[in-house]
Amino acid sequence: MPAEGVFSLIWLLIALPLAGAVILLCAGRRTNSWGPYLGVLTVSASAVLGWVMLWEMLQVSPEQRTVEQNLYSWLVVGDFQADMAFQLDQLSMVFVLLITTVGALIHVYSIGYMSHDRDRRKFFGYLNLFVAAMLILVLANNYLLLYVGWEGVGLASYLLIGFWQYKPSAAAAAKKAFVINRVGDVGLSLAIMLMFVTFGTVSFEGVFGSADEASQGTLNAIGLLLLLAAAGKSAQFPLQAWLLDAMEGPTPVSALIHAATMVTAGVYLITRSNAIFDIAELAATAVIVVGVITVFMGAIIGSAKDDIKKSLAGSTMSQIGYMVAAVGLGPIGYVFGIFHLLTHGVFKAGLFLGAGSVMHGMNDNVNMRRYGALRTVMFITFITFAAGWLSILGIPPFSGFWSKDEIIHAAFEQGVVVGVLLVIAAGITGFYMTRMFIMTFLGKARWEEGVHPHESPKVMTIPLIILALGSTFLGMALLFWGDIESWLEPVVGFESKPAALSTAATIAISLTVVIMGAIVAYVMYWRRPVPIEEPRGSWLTRAAREELYGNQVNDALVVKPTYVAARATAVLDAKVVDGVVNGSAAFVGALSTRLRRYQTGFVRSYALSMVGGAVLVVLALVLVRAS
Amino acid sequence: MNPANYVLLSAVLFSIGAVGVLVRRNAIVVFMSVELMLNAANLAFVAFARMNGNLDGQTVAFFVMVVAAAEVVVGLAIIVTIFRTRRSASIDEPNLLKY
Repeated sequence: MPAEGVFSLIWLLIALPLAGAVILLCAGRRTNSWGPYLGVLTVSASAVLGWVMLWEMLQVSPEQRTVEQNLYSWLVVGDFQADMAFQLDQLSMVFVLLITTVGALIHVYSIGYMSHDRDRRKFFGYLNLFVAAMLILVLANNYLLLYVGWEGVGLASYLLIGFWQYKPSAAAAAKKAFVINRVGDVGLSLAIMLMFVTFGTVSFEGVFGSADEASQGTLNAIGLLLLLAAAGKSAQFPLQAWLLDAMEGPTPVSALIHAATMVTAGVYLITRSNAIFDIAELAATAVIVVGVITVFMGAIIGSAKDDIKKSLAGSTMSQIGYMVAAVGLGPIGYVFGIFHLLTHGVFKAGLFLGAGSVMHGMNDNVNMRRYGALRTVMFITFITFAAGWLSILGIPPFSGFWSKDEIIHAAFEQGVVVGVLLVIAAGITGFYMTRMFIMTFLGKARWEEGVHPHESPKVMTIPLIILALGSTFLGMALLFWGDIESWLEPVVGFESKPAALSTAATIAISLTVVIMGAIVAYVMYWRRPVPIEEPRGSWLTRAAREELYGNQVNDALVVKPTYVAARATAVLDAKVVDGVVNGSAAFVGALSTRLRRYQTGFVRSYALSMVGGAVLVVLALVLVRAS
Repeated sequence: MNPANYVLLSAVLFSIGAVGVLVRRNAIVVFMSVELMLNAANLAFVAFARMNGNLDGQTVAFFVMVVAAAEVVVGLAIIVTIFRTRRSASIDEPNLLKY
């Protein structure tokens, strides 16, 4: 469908935040006073435009909901063509709404959170840049333009994690995030090259239309490379080490980029490429394996961290693992993976902003061992955080229940093993989120001297309230009123298979396991006093505090060999290359010292050498003549 | 008269001139030896012209004479200048252009 009416403004969705970013970053200090408000305005305008487009899309029948807008022919090289073209269909529509709406709320929150920061104008510029890049990613209609957005969000993530770049830990964390992301990006670029070689095009239409003509091996290769890219961007095993360090950035960044949107780009990529994963079974299985491993890794790490942001980051890793496992299941799971992505985006953003509100009141302290009994002083934060907590646990009727339970049910449709594993992980989720909730808001106060926690200003609490309403009602709204299954079905396909357990049994079992996890946390953290000093803990606790030794593994496998190779190259350059150059210079010097002796200065010796040379020439001539 | 004898004479004269260049110490005598070598060459050219029956060799002899004259002009000028500064015509003395 060509872009007409309001859809001809698809480019404006991207252009508004992009213009905001350019103005705020290029115009400099002049814009310091009104800069933040411009940042909020551009993203809010995009959000409003997105909702209008949704309204229009709902008026049209499902077959006509895909809208394409081709701005211009971007790259034409021989047989290869990639256009600057956007595709707005049901899948990208929900992403556009998530990104712009949650983004707008976080921009508003940042006005309050970053009000004391000297560089806040730059912050809003970078945030706008991120929103623009993420929109390019989800609206692109070919893999090359998607890659542009992919790189753009990686850049924005680097700039925002290292926002306080004078802190060495923040600068190092930004670099770490970027380098690990790069490994994933290699996967995406190789996949694009492989697609071009196989299909001759990288547009979605071209690739998905001819997907069944390629060999299994090629499709598996493309699928595995796309999985590598998704693992890098979404912090899945084995490229998960950057996410916890990324919490060095300001809390709105953690909420927007590392919870709601950027880390979900990997799930988007796999879902968009469903035509490939439907055929490439090996790649799809690998997706499920990666997802399940990460679900457990994130849950275990989140259970042992005392830093509230790092615990939430572990939780994000785990929940995205759920989404990745869901989309790896195939047509039975795509819809639910995206459904969970949307509900998670809302409640996790709410949880992170709530954590930011708590930190704001506790002088930016992140150690939960120093929190406690905050419900008495920060009531709104307490209630909104509770909504997010119940949602992530999956307690009905909150949002998380509807999406997570559908994923577990779909896993049981596939087989028993994955379903059981996801249920166990749900129990661990119940444990660590309840632990966080109790340590922060309930129990006895363990505040430090001179800390006077207070509720945050309205500019911060109103987004919290809106997100809490979303955490409560969005699940039901999307499932019953929005009918998310049939909304996404034209894009990703949707099947239902008979499952090992019925829906009711699944709900009963997973709720029981979750509540058991919550009770364990209650016993450990409310009945007993919480120690201020970190106790030694079991070997698993200590391993989880070290992030399951992920950093040490990366260090040994990648960092040390790279240093060794770099040092070897430096030695090679100094000894061999410089040696050859300096050696030939020395050789010429030595030769010239020997030959200099012939310059005696006596005319007669020169005359003698002339005579000798003439005699030799004559002899040579005579010999040549004679023979 | 056998022209070959003239070529032989030319060779003898050339050798005497060459030895004189290498052996004598006085710069003027070295120059004389160089002139001797040039004239030996002239003699050879003329003898060969007679042997071949055309006048090419005699033409070249003229060229050689011109070259010899020019060379003497320049060479004597250099020697006289050196003599003025050093008061000696020995060719072993000026060895400043050594390494």
